[in-house]
Parts: sequence; C-alpha cells; structure tokens
Amino acid sequence: MTATVPRRLLTLYLPLSLAAIVLLFPFYWMFITSIKTDRELIDLNGLPFWVFEPTLEHYRVLFAETGFLRWALNTLTISVVATAISLVCSILAGYALARLRFRGAAAIAGAIFVTYLVPQTLLFLPLLEVVRQLGLSNTLWSMILTYPTILIPFSTWLLMGYFRSIPRELEESALIDGASRVRAMTQIVLPLALPGILSAAIFAFTLSWNEFIYALVFTNSTDIKTIPVGVVTELVKGDVYFWGSLMAGALLGSVPVALIYSFFVDKYVGGLTAGAVKG
Amino acid sequence: MRAETRERPVTAGQLPTIGEVLDRQGVLAYILLLPGLLILAAFIGWPFITSLWLSVTDQSVSTSVARFVGLENFTGALKSQIFLQTVRNTFVYTGVTVVFKLGFGLGLAVLMNQSFRLKNLARAALLLPWIVPTALSAIAWLWLFDATFSVFNWAIVRSGIADRGINWLGEGVWAMTSIIIANIWRGTPFFAISILAGLQTVDRELLDAAAVDGASPWQRFWRITIPLIRPVVLIVLLFSTVQTISDFQLVYVLTRGGPANSTHLLGTLAYDVAVRAGQLSQGAAISLYMFPVLIVCVVALLVYMRRSSV
Repeated sequence: MTATVPRRLLTLYLPLSLAAIVLLFPFYWMFITSIKTDRELIDLNGLPFWVFEPTLEHYRVLFAETGFLRWALNTLTISVVATAISLVCSILAGYALARLRFRGAAAIAGAIFVTYLVPQTLLFLPLLEVVRQLGLSNTLWSMILTYPTILIPFSTWLLMGYFRSIPRELEESALIDGASRVRAMTQIVLPLALPGILSAAIFAFTLSWNEFIYALVFTNSTDIKTIPVGVVTELVKGDVYFWGSLMAGALLGSVPVALIYSFFVDKYVGGLTAGAVKG
Repeated sequence: MRAETRERPVTAGQLPTIGEVLDRQGVLAYILLLPGLLILAAFIGWPFITSLWLSVTDQSVSTSVARFVGLENFTGALKSQIFLQTVRNTFVYTGVTVVFKLGFGLGLAVLMNQSFRLKNLARAALLLPWIVPTALSAIAWLWLFDATFSVFNWAIVRSGIADRGINWLGEGVWAMTSIIIANIWRGTPFFAISILAGLQTVDRELLDAAAVDGASPWQRFWRITIPLIRPVVLIVLLFSTVQTISDFQLVYVLTRGGPANSTHLLGTLAYDVAVRAGQLSQGAAISLYMFPVLIVCVVALLVYMRRSSV
C-alpha cells in the first residue's frame, strides 16, 4: 500500500495546502503588517514575510487616536439590536408560513424570497431618501431599522425549513389536549426549533457586522460610524495611508465574526447551505 | 386528525374571546406576519417605489422641487461613455469571477469531500475569506496591490521574472484583474462549502455500484455526481451572479472605479453620481439598470425551486 501515499499527497494534501495558503495568506499579511514598524513597512530590501522588530504602536494609535472603540461599540449595538428585531419577526413569520393554512401564504412566501435577492446597491439611494424623510440620517437607528431588511428574508426561509421539520403531531396533540395555538407554538415548537434559531442568529449577526454600503451612505460623523466604514474612511488622510493602523483595525474588526463563526461552524454552514441543499 | 377541528364556528350574538380569535389560523397568521412585512414594506417596498419615482425626475441635492423628466435619466445614461464602460465592466467582472469561483469551488469541494485528519479545522479555515467583512479584507488586498510595496511585485522582481513590478491598481486592465482576483478569493469558499454540502448528499452506494459495473472515477464524477449536485450548483451560481453584479465594497476600497472608470461597476457608479456629484435621480436610474438581470435570476430561481420541490 506504499504506492497510495504519494497518490494521496498529489490528490489531496498538495492541492489542499495550496488552497489554504492562497486563502489564508491575506490574513497573515494583515497581521504581520499590523505589527511592523513604519520603517520596516517601507523597507524594500528586507524580507517582507517576517517581522524583525515587532511593535504594538499601530494598535496604540488605533485605540488612542481614532474612534475605533466607538465604532466597535456602534457596530455591536447595531448588530445585536438588528439581529434581535429580525429574529422576532422571522420566528413569527416563519411559523405562520410553515404551519398555518391561510389565503395568500404561497404568495407571501414568494414575495419574501424575492426580497432576499434584492441587493443593497439597488436600493441604497432611495433608502437614503426614506431615512432622511424619517429624520434618521446620521443615527444608529438608520442602520438598526434597515439592516433587518437584509436579515429577515433569509432568516424567515431558514426558520420555515426548521419549523417544517418538526413533526406536526407534537403540536396537534397539544392542541387536542386543550392548549391554545399560541401556547403550543411557544412551548413546543420554539424549543425544538432552537438550533435553527441559533443558526439564524449567527448568520444575522455576522451579516450586520459586515454590512458596508448602508452604513457608508447613512452616516457622516465619526461618532456614528461602524468598524468597516470607520476604518476605510478615517484611516486614510488624503493620500496618506496609515497602513499599520489600517491593518490593525481590519484585523480587530474581523476577529469577532471569526470567533463567533469558529465556535459555531456547523450551525453557520448549516444555515448557509440550508437554502441551497433543501431548495 | 387536523388541527382545524378546533376552529369552532362563532354563533351569532356571541362575541368570540381573544383566544378563540387567535386560534383561527387566518387571523393568527396575519398577526404573526405583520411585524416582518411592515419592516420589509417600509424599507424595501417603499424605497423601491421611491426609486422608480426618483429615476423619472430631475431630483438632485440642490433642487428643492423635482420635475418629471420621463425616461431622460435612463436614455441619458445610455448616451454616456462612462455608463457604457461601466456596463461592460460589470459583465466582464461578473462573468469572469463566477466562472472561476465555480471552477475553484468545485475543485475545493471535491478535495474536501475526501476523508482526512483535521477536516473540520480545514473547512473552518477555508471559509474565512467569505465570512470576514469584505471592506476590511479588501484593505489587505489594497496593501497587497500597492504600486510600490506590493509583495507580489517584490516576488516578481526578486525572482527575476521582470525588472519592474506591476502597477496593479493604476492601469486599466491590471486594475480589473486585481478586483477580479480579490473577488474570486472572497467568493470561492462560498461555492466550495455549498457544493460540498451537495456532494455529501450523494449516495455512496450509487457510486460503488457504478464502480462495480466498471465505470471509471472520471465517468462516475461526470455521469453520477455532477447530475446529482446540479440543483445546488445552479442555485449557488444564481446567488453569486446576483451578488457579483451588485458588488460595491471591493471596488470602493480598491479602486473607487478608477483608473479612468475602468473598474466602475453599476453600484459604484451610482454612488459616485448620486452621493458624490449629488445627482440623485441619475444615480437611481443607474442602480435600476441592475433590475432586469435581477428579475431574470429571481424568476429562474423560483421556477427551478418550484420544479425541484414537486
């Protein structure tokens, strides 16, 4: 069986390593750039892949001289509240669409699916007008209220799938025993759908955290910015790029989603592929 | 035993209690749907109508009362060289990246479908480009493509391939190549993970039976695996097409549409025209040009999903 070892090397380990290097290199690069001194950053003669005098100076600048902490707090607040709003709406809607029989159910499910595919770049301009009309320009509310439009459609579809997978009989026997439908829903169906709800929550949180164009267009003061927008718009002064701090900000801004995701990879992948596989 | 049996008819003169009303499925369903539908109507439905209205007026940041101008914004766009260039860019960008993402994604999925140690770790690590904020990972690419300090150029010059590095983001074709590379990097994991999920549903016994009948691995892959995962591939393709056509972040961070508009996409051009130049109506019209492609993809998906769920 010794012949199979090089074969496996060729069909598995080699291409897989190559893919890993290509996909992960930019992250390594971000990290290493963020701890290089400015002198080392612009040194064209040295070896760029290593850092010889590591420094935390760029991180100090990021925290002490930019609004990074404020942006982090804003991003967290927006993501948590938008996710909570979306979950409540999606659980209710997903349950209704999966379980109740009523006129127009198919049409409404179809309409929600269509909104799932509406890209942000199609709507950001008129949405800016709507945000202005509502007097929400340059507030956290402008994002808290609009992000659910990105989150509700897929959460609802994801949860519809979960609700459908729970046997109807469980609920019906509770109804026959005299429980009201609302009670059957909250005490029997919801606990069983918890994995799906967690999946939707993780997905919704990361999507809110990563959102860019609405946050870019709806805000203009430093205090209201989110991490992606703050880092991209405020760490470049004219033509001067603060590369070290840019990388530090980019890296720290990515850590929360990467962490959440690494704890719940299966949930995340489950949510990601639920539509594709079950569809 | 159906649950509807609990829906007692309400006799005249006897008001139903709240509990009884809620137990009627039609009433309860609409109550449950209300919050979500309200948000979608307010922030997708209403803006969409606003968008249609904006696009047929001459609204800009300086006009106080907008005038109806018919389809002028749409026809005006078609006469603009920048817009036509942008449409070309968008098609090139979408076409090229989707093909590569599909190819690499399929390859990576097949690799990952084998069993090996640390498979879960590998799967987690490989999805990273797709899950971190694109605007932030784009900053890493901005530095990787820097005219002077690009590490790619360092490698090119050091290895003696060329005397001078490439001006990645500063020359039209290279700038397009750069954003395409960054997009493929970000999107491939999504294809790979979705297709991998599809591969895992393929019945091993089917493949084994074919092997017993003398089918080569190649034949098994093309004749059995591919037809079985076709639904997943199709859905991922359509999703990715919609997302790529409407892309914004990578271009905004890497090139702002430059040099000389050679990397503008519909989204970034709409942003420039409306937000930077203040021509709201023209920007709205440019955005709306995405709509036909979107409709085609949505209809294709709906038809396909309906057919496959029957």
